[in-house]
Amino acid sequence: MQDLTSLARAEITIEIGGVPVRVHSTNDSFLGMLERRYAGFVTLGSHAGFEFDIELAESGSGDADAELRVSWDSGQWRLERGDFAAEFNPLTRRGRIRQSPNPYSIDAVFRVLHTLLLAQEGGFLLHAASAIRNGKAFVFAGVSGAGKTTIASLAPADATLLTDEISFVRKDGDHYAAFGTPFAGELGKPGENVCAPIAGLYLLEKGPLNHIAPVTAAEASRAFLANVLFFAEDQELVRSVFHSACEFVAQVPVCRLTFVPDSRVWEMLT
Amino acid sequence: MSCKLYVARSRSVAARKLGDETLIMSGRDSTLFTLDEVATILWEAADGWKPLEEIVEEKICREFEVERGEALRDALALVEGLAEHGVLLLSNEPLGEPKLQGQVER
Repeated sequence: MQDLTSLARAEITIEIGGVPVRVHSTNDSFLGMLERRYAGFVTLGSHAGFEFDIELAESGSGDADAELRVSWDSGQWRLERGDFAAEFNPLTRRGRIRQSPNPYSIDAVFRVLHTLLLAQEGGFLLHAASAIRNGKAFVFAGVSGAGKTTIASLAPADATLLTDEISFVRKDGDHYAAFGTPFAGELGKPGENVCAPIAGLYLLEKGPLNHIAPVTAAEASRAFLANVLFFAEDQELVRSVFHSACEFVAQVPVCRLTFVPDSRVWEMLT
Repeated sequence: MSCKLYVARSRSVAARKLGDETLIMSGRDSTLFTLDEVATILWEAADGWKPLEEIVEEKICREFEVERGEALRDALALVEGLAEHGVLLLSNEPLGEPKLQGQVER
């Protein structure tokens, strides 16, 4: 009889933004590591939106700082970086990842996968912190150093952190919703696996006082696009992301939020 | 300009007019361009059929009290810059078909 424990650990399903992605590996400790890293996003459901077989190479092989290339070739998306190579077929929804036993490579695959899926349905992964308060999601976009982790760490106790680094934004009926992600920034803490309609997008800027200022549609679109994660060299998808970004800023209130490291800034957000 | 120059919007970009400005994203390398009010007028008129100097005369000089030679030099610099990035196409021959009267561009 087969060992039930090893059978149960031969795969793990990680659901981000409502998309369950199942990964298969023969390496028990690697799957255990993923289970811990993506705790809160691991699901036990039988349905998988995508499935990946993982082949593990030697530990430490490859350069994770190398440029990531995402290209479309013969009906498959191909992802290449120094530390991993992956491909997946969007029709069969199956793919393979070859990587060393580290959590960062598969993290990159998840991010690329979700940017591609979201691009087709008017959604985005954004360089942004986000949190839910009073049933509404607040999204804080900004480059590294703009204050994403700071604003997340200042959130009051009744707020639910979705992420301090990479926000998941998707159309949900007639509105946009933000979903929690396991992609943590300096806070080192994954978000909660929940979602809520987006009340506003705030372009972060540290300054001498707490202040919210309106921005023009063009400025909002420029800032929004500057914070969208997108890796694929694909003209059609790039155009689609551009138009989706313009739709987003036309529908969701966008403001510039200048703030000091002070929790009172949260009282300005409604 | 010794001969006529025709300008046409590239099909490989995405563009959106927001207020007086136009944002354009290159599908080739995701570079984002912002056109101001005057550049937006040129962009909208770049149908590949009307020569640049006619566009400048009819759409820029009449609207903005600017000397024809200066306006044409500025327009030329702009369209050449955008053409380098694949945002506009330039030719000494008309590009594409003329728009029919009343035809709405999508």
